[in-house]
Amino acid sequence: MSEELAIELVGIDKRFGPVHANKNIDLKVRKGSIHGIVGENGAGKSTLMSILYGFYHADGGEIRVDGKAVSIAGSQAAIALGIGMVHQHFMLVENFTVLENVILGAEGGPVLAGGVSRARAELKRLAADYDLKVDPDAVIGDLPVGLQQRVEILKALFRGADILILDEPTGVLTPAEADHLFRILRVLRDEGKTVLLITHKLREIMAATDHVSVMRRGEIVATRKTQKTSMGELAELMVGRRVLLEVAKGPATPGRPVLQVEGLTVRDGRGVDVVRDVSLEVRAGEIVGIAGVSGNGQSQLLEAIAGIRKVRSGSVTVDGTRIDLAATEVDAARMRRLGLAHVPEDRHRMGLVTRFPECENAILGYHHDPAYGRGAFLDYDAIRTAAREKIEKYDIRPPQCMLKTANFSGGNQQKIVLAREIERDPVILLVGQPTRGVDIGAIEFIHKRLVALRDAGKGVLLVSVELDEIRALADRVLVMFDGRVVGERAPETEDSELGLLMAGAAGQEAAE
Amino acid sequence: MFDTLILILDSTVRLSTPLLLAALAGLYSERSGVFDIGLEGKMLGAAFAAGAAAAVTGSAWLGLAAGILLSVALALVHGFACITHRGNQIVSGVAINFLAMGLTALLGQAWFSQGGRTPPVSGDARFANLVWPFAESLRDVPVLGGLYSELLSGHNILVYAAFLAVPFSWWVLFRTRFGLRLRAVGENPAAVDTAGISVAWLRYRAVICTGILCGLAGSYLAIAQSAGFISNMTAGKGFIALAALIFAKWKPVPVMFACLLFGFLDAVAIRLQGQQVPGIGEVPVQAIQALPYILTVILLAGFIGKAVPPRAGGVAYVKERG
Repeated sequence: MSEELAIELVGIDKRFGPVHANKNIDLKVRKGSIHGIVGENGAGKSTLMSILYGFYHADGGEIRVDGKAVSIAGSQAAIALGIGMVHQHFMLVENFTVLENVILGAEGGPVLAGGVSRARAELKRLAADYDLKVDPDAVIGDLPVGLQQRVEILKALFRGADILILDEPTGVLTPAEADHLFRILRVLRDEGKTVLLITHKLREIMAATDHVSVMRRGEIVATRKTQKTSMGELAELMVGRRVLLEVAKGPATPGRPVLQVEGLTVRDGRGVDVVRDVSLEVRAGEIVGIAGVSGNGQSQLLEAIAGIRKVRSGSVTVDGTRIDLAATEVDAARMRRLGLAHVPEDRHRMGLVTRFPECENAILGYHHDPAYGRGAFLDYDAIRTAAREKIEKYDIRPPQCMLKTANFSGGNQQKIVLAREIERDPVILLVGQPTRGVDIGAIEFIHKRLVALRDAGKGVLLVSVELDEIRALADRVLVMFDGRVVGERAPETEDSELGLLMAGAAGQEAAE
Repeated sequence: MFDTLILILDSTVRLSTPLLLAALAGLYSERSGVFDIGLEGKMLGAAFAAGAAAAVTGSAWLGLAAGILLSVALALVHGFACITHRGNQIVSGVAINFLAMGLTALLGQAWFSQGGRTPPVSGDARFANLVWPFAESLRDVPVLGGLYSELLSGHNILVYAAFLAVPFSWWVLFRTRFGLRLRAVGENPAAVDTAGISVAWLRYRAVICTGILCGLAGSYLAIAQSAGFISNMTAGKGFIALAALIFAKWKPVPVMFACLLFGFLDAVAIRLQGQQVPGIGEVPVQAIQALPYILTVILLAGFIGKAVPPRAGGVAYVKERG
């Protein structure tokens, strides 16, 4: 690592109307280093990087690349300066091949033939140099996301990028894919490239970077050598106050069973059994966590219990009322009347109508409640009053109940859903991925809420692919693999043992 | 029997030509992510401009130029509304159809006072049929002679242009930089934008291509197939072309076969007018004329599978947030 600077930002300032996205940013990035930029959602990280990539223009300030002041008028200019970007949402054409995606915008002539063969050779060289193997003739849509991301990196390198910006690169990756990405980044660094890694995950900063700058509310509040800082310090800098990364909770005092699932089997549209003969029980006053690698039937299990997915066989008993899911017509409304509430995994698709204002989302599914209207008419005064109470209680920001839900951050959207479901005082709460895409401050809040619900004598069934989250919240851990519950463990169980179960090793073997 | 078949195929070629030109026109626009239901209007406008200009100047080539010019102008209006101002592409297309239908009838009557027609053109003002060498002398050779002299020879230049436009369009779309970018912008404009290419300029070039081809289609109707413009002479061909485009899943070569199929049905319909069909009797001409539409519905409903349009089609590209 040299002392030379690859990028220097001096006094960068950017406003979007009333929002001051970047305030007088100074940043120095050394050549040949991995520099992390960490901050909560909405702290201004992505805006800053978009300015560097020429997507937005700064209102003031100076950008220096390799010591020279430059003006970056557009993406083309950024590319010419050797800056490449891997966007959070991949900028790939899904029905194009890898090769076509890589050459798009750098075709090397009006007719493709010549450029394509040169690109193929170049791609081969890059793949060998940086361990970035991918079939150039594969169609993007058929590739797993980890490989798609590799194509994005190849795209940047193909254009001669010396400075690589990665915006939240691990959001869509499995832990193993993320580890592989970090290995690639280290290789790139060792080859003299400079990497800027934008993330809100502290673990990744600690694992992958040499230096880290923390952003909060549009400002850079600190820059540290990664080795000389800690997750605790970074979290505090990000949020602006001390944050508990571990939830404080006492031992559970389980009572009567509030949810019993027996012999549940779900067949999906392709005719595959995605949930196989699952039985489980959740008692009042305990949190049961379901761990597992994404796609092992957890989502379908949760949906089936919530009454929004057809099942082949099986029954659920909610607070003493038994329902044969296969034989009776059930829907979400019926399950809700029994005292079951559901925070779905995908809040955008199932939990919220993001184009509706906050207050309407706050009553979705409960809009028939006479408290919110009479007959076919809604009582908006009552709806708004109820929404304001929840906003207050759950610290939902900004506190504006008429604001479109899409304009809230991920964490605040999740709080809207959580408030809606918890405030109905359910006997059992189903929660899927409660903190996916949620920033640290909100994670802490959500975890506290779930524990408080448990302590109030309710049952919670939690599905999460984040093992840390399961471990922090659950009183008992069930592991799902290939549609089955393959084992039950205490949350203190070793990572390696849970990992084995999640990877499909049979329960008994893992226990031995 | 064989002669009848040759004649039907011959008129299939003539009737397919405007469909083919219009469908290829739509291909460029829609592949770039700009839906265009205004093919009909552009064709009609071009037919009128070509008919009027050819009648006034006495030159088919000047007529063609006028047709293309007007069609490109209408395409640019569509582009201005949908690309620059992010207007609704369907609404803009409908507006162009109405504009063309009304304006051609109005101007036709005002300028030529022949009930919305343009004066009949002949000689140099019309595209003549090109007779290939030895077509006459080979006419009597069995099978091949008929094929050569009727089917291949004896069409006007726009027919040949239309069929040559098929491989050419394929080459442009799949073998050139412009084509790669055009297909990309119809699927994911953000990917094009971040590659440092202007989304708007690319889409404008695509709609200009659409304008040119629609201009050819309209001119063909007025001064090649017919001898002058008649009010509303496109008679839904723009929509049939659109159906062919969807039917062919936005691919040039299948587009040609789809257009030939529709042209063939049309030719059969004309042929069957007033004829006794064994076992059925006289088939009402309306029933046969409805065949292309019925076929489209049936085929789209199930037989060709799902027609997946370009992913970014119909949506204006917005870069800045807010």
